[in-house]
Amino acid sequence: MELTGAQALIKSLEAQGVEVIFGIPGGAILPVYDPLIDSPLRHILVRHEQGAGHMAEGYAHVSGRPGVAMVTSGPAATNIVTALADAYMDSIPMVCITGQVALGSIGTDAFQEADTTGITMSVTKHNWLVTSAQDIPRIIKEAFHVATTGRPGPVLVDIPKDVSNQLMQWYWPDEVDMPGYKPTVKGHPKMIKQAAKLILEAKKPVIYAGGGIIRAGASDQLKTLAELISSPVATTLMGRGCFPDEHELAMGMPGMHGTYTAVTAIQKADLLIALGVRFDDRVTGKISSFAPNAKVIHVDIDPAELGKVRHPEVPIVGDVGYVLTELIKEIKNLEKKQDQSDKSAWLKQIKDWQIRFPLTYDKEQTKVIKPQFVVETLSANTPEDTIVVSGVGQHQMFATQYWKFNRPNQWVNSGGLGTMGFAIPAAIGAKVANPSAMVWAIDGDGCFQMTAQELVTASSEKIPIKVAILNNAYLGMVRQWQEMFYEERYSEVYLSPDLPDYVKWAEAMGCVGFRVESPDEVAIVIEKANAINDRPVVIDFRTDSSEKVYPMVPSGASNDDIVVDPSQGQGGM
Amino acid sequence: MKQYKHHTLSVLVENKAGVLSRIAGLFARRGFNIYSLAVAPTDDQKFSQITIVVDVQSAPLEQITKQLFKLINVVKISELDPATSCEYELILAKINAPGNNRASIIELVQLFGGKIVDIGISQLTVMLADSPTKVDDFEALLEPYGIIEVQRTGRVALAKQETSSAKLRSISGKVS
Repeated sequence: MELTGAQALIKSLEAQGVEVIFGIPGGAILPVYDPLIDSPLRHILVRHEQGAGHMAEGYAHVSGRPGVAMVTSGPAATNIVTALADAYMDSIPMVCITGQVALGSIGTDAFQEADTTGITMSVTKHNWLVTSAQDIPRIIKEAFHVATTGRPGPVLVDIPKDVSNQLMQWYWPDEVDMPGYKPTVKGHPKMIKQAAKLILEAKKPVIYAGGGIIRAGASDQLKTLAELISSPVATTLMGRGCFPDEHELAMGMPGMHGTYTAVTAIQKADLLIALGVRFDDRVTGKISSFAPNAKVIHVDIDPAELGKVRHPEVPIVGDVGYVLTELIKEIKNLEKKQDQSDKSAWLKQIKDWQIRFPLTYDKEQTKVIKPQFVVETLSANTPEDTIVVSGVGQHQMFATQYWKFNRPNQWVNSGGLGTMGFAIPAAIGAKVANPSAMVWAIDGDGCFQMTAQELVTASSEKIPIKVAILNNAYLGMVRQWQEMFYEERYSEVYLSPDLPDYVKWAEAMGCVGFRVESPDEVAIVIEKANAINDRPVVIDFRTDSSEKVYPMVPSGASNDDIVVDPSQGQGGM
Repeated sequence: MKQYKHHTLSVLVENKAGVLSRIAGLFARRGFNIYSLAVAPTDDQKFSQITIVVDVQSAPLEQITKQLFKLINVVKISELDPATSCEYELILAKINAPGNNRASIIELVQLFGGKIVDIGISQLTVMLADSPTKVDDFEALLEPYGIIEVQRTGRVALAKQETSSAKLRSISGKVS
């Protein structure tokens, strides 16, 4: 069967099982948009290419399947770079297709030409410049294979316009032939044995679980392990939901704005069981004083993560789900010969920290709306399977701290790159992936202004997401740092609560807009928003500008120097 | 064993457009230093061989090789310890050689086992292929005569042949 490159591309995406593409057409990608008309593939027309990228990410976060974005050459490709970098940092599977100027024009500074593969080399797991239409099915198959296997990540396929128009003989490859790409899935049995031995000996273990658990679908194994060895569990920002917050062994999030208990338990632990994590600087604080007494078992599918930041006593390369299953077997075997150490004193200590230093804020206050109160009220007044999406900043920290996460793939945010403006488009992608679930974006006023135009996409495509803007009129996290570390010298952080008028703006974009100015209205308006299912809803919550995120480990400080809420005294250890 | 600050990696890569750029980009982004680099085709046209001398003071060798191995087009990496590999490098140098100096330069080249590859009125172009330290010495000794231009290839290397039965050697394998 003879097809054009463009037809072959669409057919390849269909063969790959793609159901939706987030994109926007332009010059160099024009040939591909023509066969799209005749395809069952759903296309969601975005308003900005960055939006297409974050939507694909949101889709991937929730579904576990690769998100697909398609844009044209030059500025469109550069606009999607942020989303690629974001997906790369957070290991989100994503396939990005970009148009390119014709092969003969490459390198001539042609109209809308950019060196897309060059620019995206360092923010993709791999990328391809297609030079012959005959290669398209093979490359698309390879692209999805690379994006979804091993440590997942974004890939990009750049297709020159004349290649899209070229004729090719259709085929669909049965398998990929990539001699340099063979991810290790099974952990080394000897290392797993060593890990089991350390685990049985540990008196003060902590499980430090991250996004890798979610990507690997290993939440059940994690729960089994934690219960088997009675180890408390800290879940990182990317791993929130991989272990239920309501579980008695759950300590919440570690790191700069983690719970006192999670941060302190890691500092005092004698064994750190690190599962699908990368010892990010926001978790470790000053690395030389991070978990100083702990031996480390580190399981990750990416060999380069083992020893990158912290030397592990037991490194295990492999799929964390596979490794945990083997590890659990090994521990049970070993238990026949050797008893576990007694952990009752350790668990009592954990409980004591939890009672003394819970997450807290001024709950008595009735005049201004505390941002934490909005998150708590939302969490309490939405269905169990609600998906929560956030941008980056204070609101993100309040969301992850105060929402009770009990399932994986329920929390979508930009962790590693910290991309402001992530929430709205990612929430749209999340809702497309799971239309029956309620999707709430918890956003900041600064973030909202970066990508709000995608609500037009949501309205026109009938994707009824809900947005809670925690509008404190500031770039709140920057304000917090200026207050705490720059002697309250506020430099360029004030945004104004009224400019723009968020309600009018929401309405102009086809959404329902609400404004909430007092604490007693919060629950009432959330109920109203929950009842609207035919269009997006935006709520402008006017929150307390002076509120800060606690606990906090100051940047570059040791985790031992954690600062708790002022009402809890000095903190520290 | 002597601690070398440079370590040689022999990297087999798929012969595809942009591979060198990916490797150079990775080194730049991660802050690893390349000391020298040589690229050549192999007997199989699907693959190329890249010999990279890395500065292991800029980052641990293990992290460099692991990051390098993540590149999809990198098929195999062999770490060549200078103590157990044959390393060679070629130097071409254009030397200022008026009549009174010419004989001593020729003698120097002969002592090193090099070659005179081009002769001009007042200059000589000389060549030497030898171990990197010999090449360093050669270049240093040519310096006083006045080097007009110099070009070095960067080193290429292969592991040394087995000199004892493999069964009798203690094998230390890497885990994972």
